[in-house]
Amino acid sequence: MSETSPTDHMAQARAVPFRGGGFRPRARRGVGIFVFLALLLFAEWGTRTGFISALTLPRPSDVLQTFGELYQSGLLFKHLVPSLTRLVVGAAMGAAVGISVGVAIGLFSYVRAGLVPLVAAIFPIPKIALLPLFVIWFGIDEGSKYALIAFGTFTPTVVATYAAVDNVDRTLIRMGQSFGLSWWSIVRKIVLPGAMPGILSGLRISLAIAIILLVAAEMLGAEYGIGSYILEAGALYDLERLFAGVVILSVLGIITSALIGAVEKRVLRWRS
Amino acid sequence: MDIRLDGVSHSYGVTEVLRDVSLDIPSGKIVCIVGPSGCGKSTLLRVLGGLERPTAGNVLQLGQIPQDCLNPMTFIFQDFALLPWRTVRGNVSLVLEDHALPTKEMQSIIDDVLARTKLSDFADALPRQLSGGMKQRVAIARALAVNPAVMLMDEPLSALDSQTRELLMDDLIALWTRTPFTAVYVTHNLAEAVRLGHSIVVLSRRPGQVREIVHLDKPLAERGHGDPELEAHQRHLWGLMRDEAAAADAELLNV
Repeated sequence: MSETSPTDHMAQARAVPFRGGGFRPRARRGVGIFVFLALLLFAEWGTRTGFISALTLPRPSDVLQTFGELYQSGLLFKHLVPSLTRLVVGAAMGAAVGISVGVAIGLFSYVRAGLVPLVAAIFPIPKIALLPLFVIWFGIDEGSKYALIAFGTFTPTVVATYAAVDNVDRTLIRMGQSFGLSWWSIVRKIVLPGAMPGILSGLRISLAIAIILLVAAEMLGAEYGIGSYILEAGALYDLERLFAGVVILSVLGIITSALIGAVEKRVLRWRS
Repeated sequence: MDIRLDGVSHSYGVTEVLRDVSLDIPSGKIVCIVGPSGCGKSTLLRVLGGLERPTAGNVLQLGQIPQDCLNPMTFIFQDFALLPWRTVRGNVSLVLEDHALPTKEMQSIIDDVLARTKLSDFADALPRQLSGGMKQRVAIARALAVNPAVMLMDEPLSALDSQTRELLMDDLIALWTRTPFTAVYVTHNLAEAVRLGHSIVVLSRRPGQVREIVHLDKPLAERGHGDPELEAHQRHLWGLMRDEAAAADAELLNV
């Protein structure tokens, strides 16, 4: 050990390297929009310079123009209104039944034992494959479309709901019992609010699936609807109209996601 | 109302947790239960509160349940068990809502217990905004709201840091001095036991049996931090528990 004076120590001073931080995504406003715009501008530039041929990708400005025509002719709402009705009715039915069944599976051993294998069996079936069956069962018009969308939303909602109910803190339930709360009070005031985060994140997935199935349902025997509009455009190889339809679906997806986000913000205020 | 445990035994499958525990809990006193970890202290409390059915033996309530008592056996949990989506006020009102009280009476009960636990200013706060000590005070307020005949406290201060623990112990003593309540207080902390217990039940390691019951006559209000008389009791208790605790520790390693 050699004697070193304080100044020698200072000469060897190095800052401790920082190695923390990261792994914590934060909200960055506008980045999402920037990515969208960058992709659109690239497509616009590519199609204008001929770098991307007109057959590969329609020009974004042309798609916008088609969209404008669609709006002006009034056809937009003629397609949008039935589609939205189908989506809302079908998804509401599927989600309502799904949440109820999911809660029942979470609460009752016999329901769980009976239905979990059934749900596992139904889940991987591509619901679109059952559309002909639904047409026979519920008719070629709205009934079969509602049923398809409802059925498609049902399975992911059930799975998310019973997993959420399973994850409710048991000590809170024991607490409720120890204070003599009724069974119904425990379900309503402890189990359901406790499962709400899981149910809502399940609904995000379910509603995206509902939009996919909406299009699938409208591709068979629908005069109006975004699905039939896209199918028609595809059959004619009208890429501008096809993309206009696809954009509508994307916007629909963003809107439902934002809606759930808003509900989460309200209902789950206690979490953040 | 007194509570009597009459030959209570309990097993989880082949694991015997409690063996033939008989115990009297007199009204208006705090009975502390201490013992090495895994000796069935918490199980005993859950049996007392009717959350667990003993394999053998009975838990008896002796005498009349007081008239205005909404929930005779009321728990205070180690992890507070507050609903995170309800405010302080909402958490207290939760346990009153099922009793069909007039709104006015319910509000006055809530205001009263929040005042007694010094929480009036935090009535609209959410649990996540509160410190551990405050959360446990909310749980105490919630327990007081139903006017319990017996408070069943399951290591209520174990999740708190030592300063907060001291403060809350003082709060509990003040509450008891104002209106004596009956309590069964489970803890592994001997300092808490000698501060709060009128009698201290020492359980052996698993299967838990009553080894000794120590009675402390000094009034709660006169027991201070670092009292030599209490420290003597604490040494005596530690002497009783030391070997048991060591054996229990080694047992866990063998599993």
